[in-house]
Amino acid sequence: MQVAKVLDCKGKCCPEPILDIKTAMGEVKSGDVVEMQATDAGSVADMASWAKRTGNTIVEQKQDGTVYTFYVKKK
Amino acid sequence: MSEERPKRIAIIALNGTMDQAYPPLILASAAVAMDMEAAIFFSFYGLEIIKKNSNLKVSPIANPAAPAPVGNFRVPNIVGMLPGMTDIATLMMKSWMDKAGVASYQKLLEMCIKSGVRMIGCQMTMDVMGVKKEDFVDGIEIGGAATFLDYAADSDISLAF
Repeated sequence: MQVAKVLDCKGKCCPEPILDIKTAMGEVKSGDVVEMQATDAGSVADMASWAKRTGNTIVEQKQDGTVYTFYVKKK
Repeated sequence: MSEERPKRIAIIALNGTMDQAYPPLILASAAVAMDMEAAIFFSFYGLEIIKKNSNLKVSPIANPAAPAPVGNFRVPNIVGMLPGMTDIATLMMKSWMDKAGVASYQKLLEMCIKSGVRMIGCQMTMDVMGVKKEDFVDGIEIGGAATFLDYAADSDISLAF
């Protein structure tokens, strides 16, 4: 997957990952994918809600130990 | 989502303790990040949240869930009355928050302003408590009940803290 931007939210917790992904979306073009890494376990539910509300798509997500990675495609 | 207008949240912040500054600031900043509109109406002690160089504290008084100074030992609530206990409770909370990676309320305040949350200081309580607009950080507008109600009348979520 081609990633336009990597966003490191590790160590941050609610609401910062959501604020950061919003900012990152403003810095890429429609159709671009942003890779976001977070350690906040709450971000799994929060990212899903955020994507539903904003119309962006989480095309893939994975968990590696305590790190959650989301690939978000800008609408 | 394709709606006619964005979803909207209207919040009233009435309290000036550190822990109670978080919910309005978190919800408003997160709302904007979710493409919603948000406003916070700061009244009474909530005005403390938007003051320049504010230093909000956690109150151990009338708060049986206040941070315990030693381990998990729950001190009798009356101990919270002793001099210095407010500072200790505040330090405990700050250290927990640092450990968890929580942003400071000052940073969230800045993010709210930067992201376009409408921040409204209540004129009436400013007058009551001798607070001037210059006492606030930049980006605060001043208004009254009608200002808030005009905004809240078209909101989807209304909350008071």
